[in-house]
Amino acid sequence: MSRTARIRLFWGAAAVIAALYTMACLRLPHFGTAVHPYGDRAVAATLRQRTANTISSINFDQRAFDTLGEESILFGAVLGATALLRRTSHDHNTRPRPVRVLPSTRLFGALLLPVALLTGIYIVAHGQLSPGGGFQGGVVLATALHLAYVAADYRALQRIRPRELLDQADAVAAGAFTVLGLAGLVAGVAYLQNVLPLGTFNTLSSGGLVPVINAAVGIEVASGVIVVLAYFLDQTLFATGPAGGAFRKKAER
Amino acid sequence: MTGVATLNEVLALLALLLVAAVGTVAVLTRDPSRQAVVLAVLGLGLALLFTVLQAPDVALSQLGVGTAVTPLLIMLTVRRIRSKEHQARQGERDERGGPDGTGANGRGGGS
Amino acid sequence: MNLLGPLPYLVAGWLLLVGVYGLVTSRNLIHAVGCLAVAQSSTYVLLLTVGFRRGGTAPVYSDTSPRSVVVDPVVQALALTDVVVGATVTALLLALVIQLHNRHSTIDPDRLNALRG
Repeated sequence: MSRTARIRLFWGAAAVIAALYTMACLRLPHFGTAVHPYGDRAVAATLRQRTANTISSINFDQRAFDTLGEESILFGAVLGATALLRRTSHDHNTRPRPVRVLPSTRLFGALLLPVALLTGIYIVAHGQLSPGGGFQGGVVLATALHLAYVAADYRALQRIRPRELLDQADAVAAGAFTVLGLAGLVAGVAYLQNVLPLGTFNTLSSGGLVPVINAAVGIEVASGVIVVLAYFLDQTLFATGPAGGAFRKKAER
Repeated sequence: MTGVATLNEVLALLALLLVAAVGTVAVLTRDPSRQAVVLAVLGLGLALLFTVLQAPDVALSQLGVGTAVTPLLIMLTVRRIRSKEHQARQGERDERGGPDGTGANGRGGGS
Repeated sequence: MNLLGPLPYLVAGWLLLVGVYGLVTSRNLIHAVGCLAVAQSSTYVLLLTVGFRRGGTAPVYSDTSPRSVVVDPVVQALALTDVVVGATVTALLLALVIQLHNRHSTIDPDRLNALRG
């Protein structure tokens, strides 16, 4: 399809969608409505399951099977991205050069890195109590680790980033979610049903299976994001792909 | 209940308008490396909006993903493709036997 | 009548259409991925605004009474996982863009079309 035809088609479709969507919005319950039947039921179920953070209870208990699907998409996307980038990366001839950084920046990074990592672990571990959980904490952990790159250089990041281990951790954590679901089957109930003791409301050990799955998801998200960023950083910092290599060979001739 | 808006709703309105405006700017910014910066601002605006809408969990993950991970990925991709194009140009020059035939070493160094 | 009325939902619709407009008119696949991120954020805005309850607090009971009124947690749970999953999908798309550039030395969708035809 030509460019102009495509854009014309877009304007036609956009006009129809805009009109129908606006009509639908006008008939929706207004913003801030008091009627939330699903929300009310989810809250009641959460309090029954003695989990303080409703979101975590929904994600890792009430609709844990859906989250398993989401988590598989995440795993598949990480796998696909690394498989696509693996073919042209790893040019071992080039080593990242040490970079000079201001001492104050280095000190700032050295002080902040443990704090940031600890914050990430805290967010994962308290997912059943306060806002947080495996998905958020995993992202915090992954970005926190890259403080080493900001405050020092790529070699420092490589030293604190065991990539092989993280690759495996990603897969093991993704598998752990699936296996944890089997606990329900062993206990004679549904797959991924929360069968662990629910504990005392508003304590770290409350929520039964929720903190356990949270930890698995936290490890998976953290290692997945770190691995993906590692491949992208490698590509950018010192990969010469097939085209560059070919040109270089010609230059040598 | 009706008629008077709560402070929360006023803040939500402001955050919504901010998000709509920044989202539009992000689309109209055609240069990807500039767009990455606008997307980071959009991520921040969305995190703000979600906080006002009483969704701290979503705001937390949006803050990490929207302001850090996605813009960083875009920046890295842009740099990778630029350095590749730079290499290709240098390669062509080498083929023509130009004065600067020192081989294609157009990779980006540190940060 | 409420101050905002259907405006929050319309903002979500606007983000979707603007994002798709960018996708359709984009001449650079990296820019297109960025536009997709904008379009994707419209779903979060729609979900969370639909779930808002006037006077409600965050659905976390660690420091509030179990009887306090909260906003709808179901939509928040839906949006939460998607935010993070969306980031990795963005990474996958950008990896595809890098591979496309390796193969065809261009990331302009129109020129890629021309290559095929």
